[in-house]
Amino acid sequence: MFLAPSLIGFAMFYLIPFAMGIYESFTDNAIGGTFVGLDNYKELLASGSFRKAASNMFLFTGISVPLLIALSLFLAILLNRPLFLRNWLRTAFILPLVVPVASIVMIWQIFFDWNGTLNAWLHHYGMARVDWLQSDGSMGVLVVMYIWKNIGYNMILFLAGLQTIPQDYYETARIEGAGRVRQLFHVTLVYLTPTMFFVLLISIINSFKVFRETYLLAGDYPYDRIYMMQHFMNNMFFSLDIQKLTAAATLMVGCIVIVVTGLLRVERRFREFME
Amino acid sequence: MKKLNVLPMIALTIMLGAVAAAMLIPILLTFTNSLMTEQEIGRNYDLIGQMTDVAAGGKDAFVNLKILPDWLSLEQYTQLLIFSPKYLRMFWNSAAMVVPIIAGQTVIAALASYALAKLRFWGRDKLFMLYIMTMLMPFQVTLVPNYLVVDKLGLMNHEAAIILPGIFGAFGVFMLRQFMAHIPNAYTEAAKIDGAGQWTIFSRIIIPMVKPGLAALIVLLFVDYWNMIEQPLIFLQDSAKQPLSLYLAQIDKEARGIGFAASVLYMTPLVLLFLYAESYFIEGIQLSGIKG
Repeated sequence: MFLAPSLIGFAMFYLIPFAMGIYESFTDNAIGGTFVGLDNYKELLASGSFRKAASNMFLFTGISVPLLIALSLFLAILLNRPLFLRNWLRTAFILPLVVPVASIVMIWQIFFDWNGTLNAWLHHYGMARVDWLQSDGSMGVLVVMYIWKNIGYNMILFLAGLQTIPQDYYETARIEGAGRVRQLFHVTLVYLTPTMFFVLLISIINSFKVFRETYLLAGDYPYDRIYMMQHFMNNMFFSLDIQKLTAAATLMVGCIVIVVTGLLRVERRFREFME
Repeated sequence: MKKLNVLPMIALTIMLGAVAAAMLIPILLTFTNSLMTEQEIGRNYDLIGQMTDVAAGGKDAFVNLKILPDWLSLEQYTQLLIFSPKYLRMFWNSAAMVVPIIAGQTVIAALASYALAKLRFWGRDKLFMLYIMTMLMPFQVTLVPNYLVVDKLGLMNHEAAIILPGIFGAFGVFMLRQFMAHIPNAYTEAAKIDGAGQWTIFSRIIIPMVKPGLAALIVLLFVDYWNMIEQPLIFLQDSAKQPLSLYLAQIDKEARGIGFAASVLYMTPLVLLFLYAESYFIEGIQLSGIKG
């Protein structure tokens, strides 16, 4: 059977651990614990650092995802027009996706440091310097980094979506007297909606994974504003607070499942509507 | 035919070129800074990471990112390659983990995705959905259970703790399933009528047709696993076994002098592979975005 090797490994390293994790979140000890119902969740929700991590996470997703989608869509639309050097430009936008964050993190640190280049510019124009990584500005730094990294990915998806829209639709719209803005909203965006669902999904998922960037930039215990869910989970792991960790993990799984199934349902509704 | 206006085209090209240049700056600066001597780096970025308090009488001192080195020098590279064996070791560690993961995941995912795309059995689409969901989860979600499994297998602090879960990762299954779903069933049915068994259909018809998919998968997996941070951070406490991605995360002030060269060498395999296989890379991303 073709599926067997994959299924065995997949079950062993993902599915079974998954189920175990959910089960453990309802017990009081990792090994041979007794069932305690929702106690772990109560404790978790009462924990200050969990709330901090969760609200940061939602704030980050709420800011970065719409920004990223708007910018990458704009870029894709521009790149889809007649242009010189198109392939070179496209390569340049995708390159950050490939370059490891770890490789360029030193440049970012120097740029955003208290004595760094960004503050030098601010100072030059007579503004007060900001301690970017130790203030609420750190969230902004993270958003910039996330967009820098992911814009190429979304742009590729949007470009593929744009190329599936037949030119006739634009011709028809023009003949009916639609201006550029109307064409954008009534042709481009409507026919791009299936792509949009996927982009939205991937962007949200990737924003949940921004831990890597934060960790490289600011370490295990960064400034409060960018203390993310995964920091919380990693730190719970190292302090052996398994109950809180599995409860947090289960909540996160729940969140992702809701986002995914919700988006898929809306998409199906949309497709039926189009037909 | 619509006539092309050259002027707006030039304006747009320049505008996008500027954006592209801004995006490439961090990469370019890393490269140019890697050609400075350690001394120059030390002199230049000395103030980074220190709080100068202006109110308490400190000077307003700033560090500008230096674009070009005073002297072109390969000192950082020689320091790194000749005098710090740790770096080479970690480079080797990275390779020794990434290569088996890619090889393993590609083979196993190819088999599984054939079943998920072309064979009929009960619960097939539900199972595929399960793979997708798993793929979307952040690493931390399965951290504890994964830890317990690894511990039970006695693999703690062993490279296999990274490699085995990597081999069974869901991404390869997802991507190849999407590629295979686009192959018309007429091909497999025709082969079946000619008396071909499943294995023949898989190896003679499906595999040759998804070669671009395999290439795309290899590129994407390489990028993903060469960059991994979370897994080795948890499972490899022994620094002699850690991959290069963690070396750069832990680089401290003393090592900044060679950090840029370390960064450049670290990203080189990825950038080269990307430039070489860019079309596969793009195709892979686009196809994974289309629902089969």
